[in-house]
Amino acid sequence: MNRAGAVTTTDFLERFLAGDRLALARAISAVEDEADGYRDFLRQIYGRAGKAYLIGITGPPGAGKSTLVSHLAERYAAAGQNVGVVAVDPTSPFTGGALLGDRIRMNELAGNERIFIRSMATRGSPGGLAKATGEVALTMDAFGFDTVLIETVGVGQSELDVANSADTTVVVVVPESGDAVQAMKAGLMEIADVLVVNKADREGAEPMARELRVTLELKPEDGWRPPIIMSVATEGRGIDDITDAVTAHRSHLEESGGLTSRRRSRVQRQLEELLAYEFRRVCAAARDYDNLLEFLTAEVQEGRLTPYEASARLFKEVSREM
Amino acid sequence: MPEKRIRVLVAKPGLDGHDRGAKVVARALRDAGMEVIYTGLHQTPEAIVEAALQEDVDVVGLSILSGAHMTMFPRVLELLRQKGAEHVVVTGGGILPDNDIAELQKIGVGRLFTPGAATDEIVKYIREAAASDN
Repeated sequence: MNRAGAVTTTDFLERFLAGDRLALARAISAVEDEADGYRDFLRQIYGRAGKAYLIGITGPPGAGKSTLVSHLAERYAAAGQNVGVVAVDPTSPFTGGALLGDRIRMNELAGNERIFIRSMATRGSPGGLAKATGEVALTMDAFGFDTVLIETVGVGQSELDVANSADTTVVVVVPESGDAVQAMKAGLMEIADVLVVNKADREGAEPMARELRVTLELKPEDGWRPPIIMSVATEGRGIDDITDAVTAHRSHLEESGGLTSRRRSRVQRQLEELLAYEFRRVCAAARDYDNLLEFLTAEVQEGRLTPYEASARLFKEVSREM
Repeated sequence: MPEKRIRVLVAKPGLDGHDRGAKVVARALRDAGMEVIYTGLHQTPEAIVEAALQEDVDVVGLSILSGAHMTMFPRVLELLRQKGAEHVVVTGGGILPDNDIAELQKIGVGRLFTPGAATDEIVKYIREAAASDN
């Protein structure tokens, strides 16, 4: 099958809509690569999305996220659902390459026809990660999955944004990640709908849970108090508690109208991201942009212009082309 | 802006637990700017092919040091063809006798590498192989 332009044919769309997993895999690549015609493709499937429930799973490296995701996917599949998994790992900023190892912890899912796993590299463009992950999740949603699990390492703002764009966000920590949690408290705690202390058979799990509880009490009350769940993912302990908590959170959102408002702010954020993204694209494509950028950089560095003047000039030049 | 990246699945089928070679190659490919999906030890051909399809890779690299190469390579190739993914290049490395290499290449397996192969050489080959898949 030819890669370039493949997603634009009606034959391809038919295969995708008929549930051909090869077509799904190719569609995801097209979205990630921004291959020719991917926007038309997304437009054609957009109306079919919106049925899947999106669950974000995030936390510090080594917290056991992949193992948890593996168990969750298995649980949902056993309940008769079709499950898509997006596992995001960082791209090396130096080489552009990535080593994606989340499947190692998901080997037990091999051969399960209800589950589809896709590893994704962050690829480094600012704001691009949330856009790409959102579009991949949308593609899975339109393909017909009931649940889409999105796993990211909760280290940077864009990873947090991804997790936060889910319907329910699960934050996973381990007893050892005390310091890491201190550092990430602001971002991580604010987005958590469900908190999981994984590796709970280790020393320090109880104090960790207590500390989290105290932190959560400082969180503004909005009708939902994130539960703290103890789990040992490698033994499958606590998994039912997590799925129960996700279900409870979902019911809460549905009853309170929170789901609609969450999805609305997701769409709004998406529009703003696309706008910013489009603007960067126009910049990159603008005539003489690179030369002008280089020239203005030198002007600022040598003290002839302030960054504000230089960027205003850049903006003026670029808007001429819009 | 995004562009097409070369995606490679590195897998270890069969029972041997020697994954150093696979890991060294995986890292070299990553450092060459590719996206490498590493699946770990003890993979069945069925699981490898399913992962290759879901991940939409250009290339599958198998590392085999157990002597099972004459069953594993043909099986992976056959399953890929069955599933309509014959565009995926199958390559790999391990302790492979010359005669076996010749025979495997005859049925459609790509270049195979034996102990001592330079990672540069592997990177170069995979770039070429992925380009021919278009």
